[in-house]
Amino acid sequence: MTTHLRDEQGPFFGEFGGRFMPESLIAALDEISAAYEEAKADPTFAAELAELHRTYTGRPSIITEAPRFGEHAGGARIILKREDLNHTGSHKINNVLGQALLARRIGKTRLIAETGAGQHGVATATAAALFGMKCVVYMGEVDTERQALNVARMRLLGAEVIPVTTGTRTLKDALNEAFRDWVANVEDTHYLLGTVAGPHPFPVMVRDFHKVIGEEAREQVLELTGALPDAVVACVGGGSNAIGIFHAFLDDPDVKLYGYEAAGDGIDTLRHAATITMGRPGVLHGSRSIMLQDSDGQTLDSHSISAGLDYPGVGPEHAWLSSIGRAEYLPITDAQAMSAFRLLCQTEGIIPAIESAHALAGAIDLGRELGPDATILVSLSGRGDKDVETAGRYFGVLDEQALVAGTREQNALDSNELIDGAVEVDELDRDLAQGMGTER
Amino acid sequence: MSEATSELRATSPVGSVIQAANATRAGALIGYLPVGFPNLQQSIDAAVALVENGVDVLELGLPYSDPVMDGPVIQKATQSALESGFHLSDAFTAVEAIRARVDAPILLMTYYNPVLQYGIERFATDLVSAGGAGLITPDLTVDSGAEWISASERTGLDRVFLTAPTSTDERLKLAIENSRGFVYVVSTMGVTGARNDVDAAARTLVDRLRANGLETDGSSGACVGIGISTPDQVAEVLAYADGAIVGSALVRALSEDGVAGVARVARSLATGTTR
Repeated sequence: MTTHLRDEQGPFFGEFGGRFMPESLIAALDEISAAYEEAKADPTFAAELAELHRTYTGRPSIITEAPRFGEHAGGARIILKREDLNHTGSHKINNVLGQALLARRIGKTRLIAETGAGQHGVATATAAALFGMKCVVYMGEVDTERQALNVARMRLLGAEVIPVTTGTRTLKDALNEAFRDWVANVEDTHYLLGTVAGPHPFPVMVRDFHKVIGEEAREQVLELTGALPDAVVACVGGGSNAIGIFHAFLDDPDVKLYGYEAAGDGIDTLRHAATITMGRPGVLHGSRSIMLQDSDGQTLDSHSISAGLDYPGVGPEHAWLSSIGRAEYLPITDAQAMSAFRLLCQTEGIIPAIESAHALAGAIDLGRELGPDATILVSLSGRGDKDVETAGRYFGVLDEQALVAGTREQNALDSNELIDGAVEVDELDRDLAQGMGTER
Repeated sequence: MSEATSELRATSPVGSVIQAANATRAGALIGYLPVGFPNLQQSIDAAVALVENGVDVLELGLPYSDPVMDGPVIQKATQSALESGFHLSDAFTAVEAIRARVDAPILLMTYYNPVLQYGIERFATDLVSAGGAGLITPDLTVDSGAEWISASERTGLDRVFLTAPTSTDERLKLAIENSRGFVYVVSTMGVTGARNDVDAAARTLVDRLRANGLETDGSSGACVGIGISTPDQVAEVLAYADGAIVGSALVRALSEDGVAGVARVARSLATGTTR
């Protein structure tokens, strides 16, 4: 590979990216672009961020080998990059601290954010508390219901959480509402966008704040194994953890990159969020990328059991990496993700976020394909504390659910022992899929 | 290409109407309604009623799933239109039907993605065929709009770009040079919706546009939108601007009192255009 894929700085990645935004926000976008360029050239900014990461985030995050999980993934060597161990429980804090520092540099005193699963909202509320800033988080009403614990966390941290009741009442509508707030309050407010989508400079800037994930992991895997991994895998909603872990490997042509999108009930149904797999190019939330849309260009509803992946768009750099064949994007259903979720819990004692479980499910498939000689680096982007209720209900292990247990719960409890074979995992998938079917 | 479209228009139909309104009255009244709300036929009837009651230029909004510039009233209306099955092709049907009944120029107000998916050139061609005058593009600025600018050059369609209180002089010049019909003056930093006071920022912005070369010469002109809902506000804005744009107040009237209601509100707003 002669080109340096790591050098892309936007606003465009190939035909993707750009800035399709109301004029009212252009000045703010220019301001943040200029501030970011200035900060990049200022060693004190990098030093300040690095110090925060060392003393507050808990960086570098470790890597953990997952051999018992790997037995179910064709015996491949599975290495987890533990972003779940960061303060606030996910990779989101990397970007949040970077942007919050930047916001403070340009004199903004109020942070607003959109959130899906609540992880980005929690991280933003955390940074606002740390820096003494006001914080408002927009969250789709549907998501406030399925991630109630994170709503409480944000409120405990002093943030105001506003449930968004327009449109599909999920992540995409939370972005719309955050943009509307920003248009009205741009003078004192920074919109701390939480993923690698949106108008320039967000896709580049958010990527840069997350690329530490891959830079650390690349060194750590080299040190552990003496070689680069054969593949790097991550879940993709907007795609921030994925671009964060991919970026350091973009110019390592022998390292395959896989992004796993949420296929919900399946890509043959209308209930999924597999944007790159099923979408086509269009403009959403300020950039040209790939999106789920109807023939009129209206954004389609997405679905995923994971609120953080339930987004009908994707960051433009991913659309580009897909279009040039550098990274491959594949769908993982709710049932596959939940099966991988439980497998990691029970083989390694790690409860992953349901988002990250999509990457784990992908690693299972990929490991079986590549075999025992392969090393697969998995982005464990977040921890599953926030998902305990969802997963508990899914598997029927919540006490209150057990009281009204139907066949599904009983089945799930019966099979609640260690699963020790690929075939059994597949059977579990089917049981779970059927179980979910009867519930709806 | 037909003869009508091959000849580029130095003065646009919208610009001419605005110029004439400024010659005979305090300025032009521009009325916004979404296509397909409460249904296609009533949105057509309501638009006709606007013109019959003193609206000079129609701005027809195309319902879109992710309208970041719109406030609650318009969002609610456009979402309802989408839920009742609005399709892009309805826009051309509406333009044609309205033009057959009243003689006012019609601009479509549309977010970019629907146009992009329809095909920019095809959209421009079909809009000309339907008798439309051009587009207002809330999420497409001049620096991102090369394809639309080229399509409008080919077809002679008007293109209205937005300016905001936060726009730099350089960006105001860009909007002035590239707009045809008028330049949209976003009165306040916020989304659409009625407000008690139209921001003083609007007057400042119009002054800045004039200082940067904007004239009411039939090809441009400054029309102020966002927050205007009463005849007094129309009069106040027309004291310094070439046109006043009203949206949410009309949408609310249509939603609460139907076509007769929106006609009443338009007639009342039009009293603000007298001199």
